[in-house]
Amino acid sequence: MSLILMRRRAVDAIAFLFASAATAFGLFWLFWILWTTFRQGLGALNVALFTQMTPPPGSGGGLLNAFYGSAVMILLAVVIGAPLGIAAGTYLAEHGRYSRLARTVSFLNDVLLSAPSIVIGLFVYEIVVRTSGHFSGYAGAVALAMILLPIIVRTSDEALRLVPDQMREAAFALGIPRWRVTAQILYKAALTAILTGVLLGVARIAGETAPLLFTALNNQFWSGSLSGPLANVPVVIFQYAMSPYDEWHALAWAGALVLTLFVLGLNLAVRMIARRTSK
Amino acid sequence: MTPFVPIARSRSAAADRVFNLVTAGAAWLVLILLGATAASMAWGGRLAFETFGLGFITSTDWDAVGGKFGALVPIYGTIVTSIIALVIAVPVSLGIALFLTDIAPRWIRGPIGIAVELLAAIPSIIYGMWGLFVFAPFMARHVDPWLNDTLGPLPVIGGIFTGPPIGIGMLTAGIVLGIMVIPFIAAVARDVFNAVPPPLKESAVALGSTRWEVLSRVTLPYARSAVIGAIFLGLGRALGETMAVTFVLGNAHDLSISLLMPSNSIAAAIANEFTEADAELYRSALVALAFLLFVVTFIVLSAAKLLLLRINRAHGRTH
Amino acid sequence: MKAMAFAAATAALFVSACGTQGGNQAGGGAGASQAQITGAGSTFVYPVLSAWAADYQKQSGAKVNYQSIGSGGGISQVKAGTVDFGASDQPLSSEELAQSNLAQFPVVIGGIVAVTNLTGIAPGKLRLTGPLLADIFAGKVKTWNDPSIVRINPGVNLPSAAIAVVHRSDGSGTTFNFTHYLSQVSSTWKSGPGEGKTVAWPTGVGGKGNEGVAAYVKQLPNSIGYVEYAYVLQNGMNYASLQNAAGNFVLPNAETFSSAAETADWAKAQDFNLVMTNAAGANAYPLTATTFILMPKSPKDAAQSKAALDFFRFALDKGQDQAKKLDYVPLPQALVKQIEDYIARTIK
Repeated sequence: MSLILMRRRAVDAIAFLFASAATAFGLFWLFWILWTTFRQGLGALNVALFTQMTPPPGSGGGLLNAFYGSAVMILLAVVIGAPLGIAAGTYLAEHGRYSRLARTVSFLNDVLLSAPSIVIGLFVYEIVVRTSGHFSGYAGAVALAMILLPIIVRTSDEALRLVPDQMREAAFALGIPRWRVTAQILYKAALTAILTGVLLGVARIAGETAPLLFTALNNQFWSGSLSGPLANVPVVIFQYAMSPYDEWHALAWAGALVLTLFVLGLNLAVRMIARRTSK
Repeated sequence: MTPFVPIARSRSAAADRVFNLVTAGAAWLVLILLGATAASMAWGGRLAFETFGLGFITSTDWDAVGGKFGALVPIYGTIVTSIIALVIAVPVSLGIALFLTDIAPRWIRGPIGIAVELLAAIPSIIYGMWGLFVFAPFMARHVDPWLNDTLGPLPVIGGIFTGPPIGIGMLTAGIVLGIMVIPFIAAVARDVFNAVPPPLKESAVALGSTRWEVLSRVTLPYARSAVIGAIFLGLGRALGETMAVTFVLGNAHDLSISLLMPSNSIAAAIANEFTEADAELYRSALVALAFLLFVVTFIVLSAAKLLLLRINRAHGRTH
Repeated sequence: MKAMAFAAATAALFVSACGTQGGNQAGGGAGASQAQITGAGSTFVYPVLSAWAADYQKQSGAKVNYQSIGSGGGISQVKAGTVDFGASDQPLSSEELAQSNLAQFPVVIGGIVAVTNLTGIAPGKLRLTGPLLADIFAGKVKTWNDPSIVRINPGVNLPSAAIAVVHRSDGSGTTFNFTHYLSQVSSTWKSGPGEGKTVAWPTGVGGKGNEGVAAYVKQLPNSIGYVEYAYVLQNGMNYASLQNAAGNFVLPNAETFSSAAETADWAKAQDFNLVMTNAAGANAYPLTATTFILMPKSPKDAAQSKAALDFFRFALDKGQDQAKKLDYVPLPQALVKQIEDYIARTIK
């Protein structure tokens, strides 16, 4: 074996080792973080977490009002953001080939997708909280909707594009008007993909803290009303984790565990749905 | 014979127009929101920009009492932590992408790909909590003292690694940020590597190339701009990250050459101080910071997108 | 399309239904008032304010939602009208009050303590003086076994480790009182960072709120910070005794806080604008501070304003025991009477 060949093989082996090491490195952090979250959170996981409100320092309690607040704001964000996102995604998919507007929107949508969420939170503060005069769950929902929107635009666009052109052509050949083709046929064909896009978006906004810091703020009590400060999981975790109280730390970890399970669960569910429909 | 077709056509034409209007309107909304955000940040920050002019960007002042604000410390902290994050994330991500596309046996690619994407799905506040309660003490106990002892005494670069071993600072924040960014770059890089036309790779293999040579001489040159685009994408995320950094950066408005010292980033400064800003100028300074961040991430992310589009265009896809 | 619209409609109905139902489900007391009062500001007062809020809810059913975001935040929120009251440990001047049409009155007195994270030293054993504290926070005294610390602490086993300074990262009335005191006792501090709700800290890590500083000090070995005494009690933290103006080293507790509070002449203070750090008296604790409540003189919502005032009357009259439990100093009767008159005069 020539020396050059040995050197090339050696370099290849080193690259193989490096790539494997890099993957092990990445997975190591994943497992450490998940392991920590589980270990710390499991200890504080109990029924009271889901039945009691956030407590004042020095006493035990739960996160019920935070779970409720987050759930309501996420739901409202989906109600606001999903239809708009699907509509915009439809426009991009159906006109994207020959419209300059569509190409620009697609480009800028991806920029908005990765934009810092704290900037979006500030924007919603300026236009909703400032003008209405108080923090509110509505403002929080609007901020989350603004983060959800580009995700759904992107996923709907891709979902609709995956529907084969033959389906469109067949529908046109039958004389079905354009809007009906999209509304009744394409949506139905792409429904799973669009829904998984919404689920992925929900997973993303469930963990967003920064946009809620100046919109929904936080509320230590149960609040059924969206027009005032509303407790929510990420901000409560933030407040409790940065505090010195051990009971609050425990609650923060429990909240973190529930949040992580929720987000990871959604991601895995999306994956399973995708696998089932592709078969 | 009733004129069946014309009526239906005019009715459906109207419905078509409405539908088009709605979808086009939604598309415009995306543009409007982006523009409105930029305008709102610029408008909110104008007082600060007018008061301090360009000196805003170069000043290290941050004095709410005296009303003097400067963006240099947050900008510096943002840039340094992002650079550290990329230094860690880029080689690791490319290594993971190589592993997933070339090296791993087919049965392992799925699960490991999923694991990497799970890393991306973990909310950033979890990274922050883990950073504060687990990673920072680890750094304080094991890494900081070692750095102080071995690299501290070195001339020239020694100053970068000396500091109190508290585990809170630019280095820890940069590492946590790097771990956060790995899955984003890895996912895009993997897709990019997979998008290289198999005939190109196969012909290289047929000529006797090793896996590494296929990567370095065929894949990377072909996908070079896309890989850079992926890196820019990671950079864009790192620049704007708030929660992971706020926990472990230290919130100190100090400009320090040492990586072990606490500092501040634009996002962390806004998150910590906005609700307390009780003077118009203070608030305006924070919004001005947000505007700077928005502009920088916009440029970085646009560059990323352009670079990623190039490989699609080269492939024959029009968009 | 139809399914989506249906889903959206049900979601909207669900949200609005929860909105009306949820408010009635909340645990309430005997009182019929379902008022929700919002306030924000000082983290200094938060431990006792949240205890008062819990007691008040049991008694009257009204909920006081207080966001502990720092005095600076409290002042800006009440000026912007986004909360019913603000709490600040730095009093506003009469001009500033007039400018924003606010009324101001004290609600409780507490003490700021130098907390430490040192092993092997009992709480209260470490002695510090004002000028020394200023030098530590200025970064001039860098290690725990610095001669200036060793000199006044004979027999105490001080480590050679670097001092990790922890200060506030947000706009804080606690910081104001702390830096006001440092400016009083150290001319280099006065001409350097000076006093204020935030200052240009020469060194150290920034924690958010009293909670954040306590959390960091608890977390970082060999650290020092400044927090309200209730945080020390609630978290079992280590602290130092301070030398007061009379030259005695005093421990922080309700007794030494009251001692300092006695010297305050409230009658002469216009709009209660008074800071009581570095008080005279043999047993006075030098870092004693007051929390002030700020409310609009002509509130937008008179019912909300009245509800908030009812809460504060409760706190001033019946909240004494709760305050004492956390080693705050309840206000003397004469001062409470003065406050009542002031409120009646200024808040319509």
